[in-house]
Formats: sequence, C-alpha cells, structure tokens
Amino acid sequence: MGFERFGRLSFTAQSKTADFVDFLEKGDLYATRCGDCGLIFFPPRADCCSCLSSAMDWVKVDPRGKLVSFTRSYFAPTGFENDVPYVLAVAEFDNIKVFGRFKEGYTEDDLSAGMEVALKPLTLPDGQISYQFEPAS
Amino acid sequence: MANDVAIIGVGQSNFVRGYEGSIRELSFEAYREAMQDAGLTRDDLDASIICSAPEYDKQRSPSGLIAEYLGLNPQPTFAVESVCSSSTTGLKTAYALIKSGLHQAVAVVGFQKMSEISSADSQERMGRGADIMWESPFGTTMPAYYAMHARAHFDTYGTTEEDLALIRVKAAKYGQLNEKAVYRKDLVMDKIMESDYVSSPLKRFDCCANADGSSCIILASAEKAKQSSVQPVWILGLGSATASYSVTGRNTYAGLESAREAARQAYRMASMEPQDIDVAEVHDCFTIAELMAYENLGFAEPGRGAELIRNRETYLEGKIPVNVDGGLLSKGHPIGATGGSQVRTIVQQLRGEAGKIQVPGAKTGLVHNIGGVGIYANVIIMGS
Repeated sequence: MGFERFGRLSFTAQSKTADFVDFLEKGDLYATRCGDCGLIFFPPRADCCSCLSSAMDWVKVDPRGKLVSFTRSYFAPTGFENDVPYVLAVAEFDNIKVFGRFKEGYTEDDLSAGMEVALKPLTLPDGQISYQFEPAS
Repeated sequence: MANDVAIIGVGQSNFVRGYEGSIRELSFEAYREAMQDAGLTRDDLDASIICSAPEYDKQRSPSGLIAEYLGLNPQPTFAVESVCSSSTTGLKTAYALIKSGLHQAVAVVGFQKMSEISSADSQERMGRGADIMWESPFGTTMPAYYAMHARAHFDTYGTTEEDLALIRVKAAKYGQLNEKAVYRKDLVMDKIMESDYVSSPLKRFDCCANADGSSCIILASAEKAKQSSVQPVWILGLGSATASYSVTGRNTYAGLESAREAARQAYRMASMEPQDIDVAEVHDCFTIAELMAYENLGFAEPGRGAELIRNRETYLEGKIPVNVDGGLLSKGHPIGATGGSQVRTIVQQLRGEAGKIQVPGAKTGLVHNIGGVGIYANVIIMGS
C-alpha cells in the first residue's frame, strides 16, 4: 500500500516503489539506481532490466531542469473534468525526464522549450501527494 | 514465389458514429465483403485472427464469439491486440502462420464498436491509456501526448499550425469521395484554424473521430492464391517495433522512433527505398501524426515533412500520394479495424481498383499503422 496517495488521482495502490511517495511528501524527488550495474531509472523501478538485479538504491534528483515539451489540455478524462484547462509537460533533470503538470495559472504563452524549470513537491487539498513544474526562480 | 504470402481478399464495413447492431454483426459485414472478394467459402479458411482493443468490448474473449458467428468452427481462432495497430499485428501473425506452412489461408478480422460503452466509460478508459502509475495520475489524454509531439516539431523545425491544417484539408478533400468514411464534408483552412483547441496546439479538426467499424483481410499461401480468381497482392516487407510506454523514456518528441525502426525493417526485407513506394496509407489519428510519418518513413528528410504538404506532394497527383482515401481523419478510427482498412485501400490501389482515387500505375504500396503514441508500430510493404 501507499502508492494510492500519488498524484491527482492514483490508479495503483501497491508498488515496491511506494517509498517514492514518502520521499516526495518530505519534499524530495527520488529516482532508483541499480546497486549492481549503476543504471538510474525514472520513473523509479524495483527491478533492473539490464542486469536483472533487484538491489535498488534511492537517489535524489536535482529539482532544477529544462522544459522539453508541453500542451494545454481543454478536455480531461473522468476524475479530472473540474481541472481543465491544465498544462501537461515533460522536463529534463539530470539526464532523466519527468512528466507532470505545470503550476496552475501558467498558459502555453508563458512557456517555451528549453526554459529553466523547478520541480516542486506539493500536497493537494485532499491530501494526495504530487509534484508540479514551476518557472525556476 | 512458392513460399510467399498474398492478400487475396479485403473487406470493410461503413465506419459510422453509432452502429445499430452487435459486434458479431459488425464483424460479419467486413468478413462477407472480403470472402466474396476472394471468392472463398468458409471451408477454405484454416484459421481466424480477431483484432480489437478489449477495453471497448462488453463481450469477454470476443474471438471465440466472432469465429462462431462467421462460421469458422472448428478452425482455431485467437485475439491479437496492440491497440490502434491491432489488425496489422494480426496480419503479421497470419503471415507467420502461412509462411511456416502451418496454415494455407487465414482471415484477419478487426472490429471496434466504440459506442458499445457509454461516453463516461469511454472517458474513464481514455485516462488509462497511459502508464497508470506514473502518468495517468496527472490526467492524460491521447490528444495531449500527440500535442506535445506537435509542439516539439514546431520548436525543432519551425512547423506551424497552418501546416497541420493543410493535412486536414487534404484528408477532407478525399474523405468526400469515400462512401465508407464517417466524415465526408469539405473543410477549408479558415474553418480548421478557427476550431477550438482540444490540447494546444492541436485543434478539433486536427483530431480524427471515434467510430464503429470492421475490416477483414484474407491472407493465403502462393499455392492457395493460385486457386483464387483475384489478382494476388504480395506482402514484400514487414517491420514492427516498440517504444517506451512512458513518454519520459523517449529520446525525441519530434518523431516516433518505433515507426522509423519499423520502416527500416520493412524496407530492408523488401529490398526497397522510400522512393520505390507509389502510394501510402499512414496512421493520421492526428494531423501531426501524418506529418511525422512523412519523415519517419523517409518520404521527407527529418524536419522537412511540412514541405511535402505545402507543395501538395502527398496529393493524388504528387510525388508520393498519402491517405488518398481520406485517412483516419475522414474515415474515423475504430481502433481494432483501422489497420485492416488501410491495407484494404492499398490492395485496391495495387489491383487498379481504387476508382476516383486510383494512383495511375501503382505497383508498390505501404501501410504505416501505429498503436498508442508510438508504443507499437507496424509498417507493411505490398506489391502487385
């Protein structure tokens, strides 16, 4: 248990990577690194597909990155209808990419590929633990 | 040619918004057309492969049900799924079954009745089309993912919303000629450009419509094909590839790496180059998807896909006609049936039976069918 607390609406309760949510709640974004071959994974994985090891370590991700691409969604699936419009984006941090939403109030006119962004953990009003992108200050 | 595999029958139902019948009846429409086209009876078939995206089916394990309704007991049947590319994955499977000598003739039936479930249920499933652990929790949609690819293409190469609109203008022009298409109205630039954003920079008319529909392709060994009266269309090249389910695992968003790899395999198997292709059907679920296909298939250099549509090179009279049946943008996109519909169009072209959209003298054709946002990619090269 534990993973049901991740994101605006989680579809998964159980994962061996649920500690990710606890780290996020404390304010940090973590990836996993294979203890045997050193490969780094984000999204975090419990198992290494390169050397088949399950000896994973958690490693902190530097929250300063660059925006890669983005879109402003005017339609949403069930459970997200009241959030529209919202900006979805991919940003690059330390050679890993992260997918998420951009902070409310920003539109595509405020954004451009390559702009510096920060990844900020946040607790939503209903207690869900998530993160969002913001312009780097 | 003794060990080769041919397509000897093609069929497709009308693609419609709400089909007034069951999934078995919908599947039968394409099957009947393909069997009459091939001049076969059910005893000629050794197996059936049923293709659909099961999240839209109320029927559990539909393959057994469809096979029974088509009269294909006791022949083996099974389901093949790779979402939007299911029926070309089915075609590849049928090719392997025939090439191995296990079977002589196989029917690949693709269907989707997207109106089988309520709009609310459909919206719920839409959100789970992404990695449900790491991406669905943010509220994802198919248009949003393709929109991020469009944005990346714009930023990398200077492509514009007008370029994408030109692709829809072409689709609408040919869609009007396709009696089986769901969208058959003319569309002018202004109307496309003025349509509302679905997920920026993609607007309503950059997106294909959901539809109900079915397709059927009959594949046969060379020996079996000789017994048929129709002109066989040969499968010359097959390529298939995958890319990460999570969008964060991709190296680029200005193209689909899986499509590029599938194309490379298909060209190599056929010993052909992009310039050898006379006519193509590509997976234009969104206008940006067709533009990326131009580049991923080698019809244009990376970043120069927009020039093809600006210069009308993908029109019927152009250098490489693409989606002259209206594409998914006009035909609609009944997930499991889409790839089979693309194959049907190319087979008709190579037989010289494409009527008003016939590319004169077409000898070699290509199908590009994508599942998800390039999670799955199939490329098929066919020749007359």
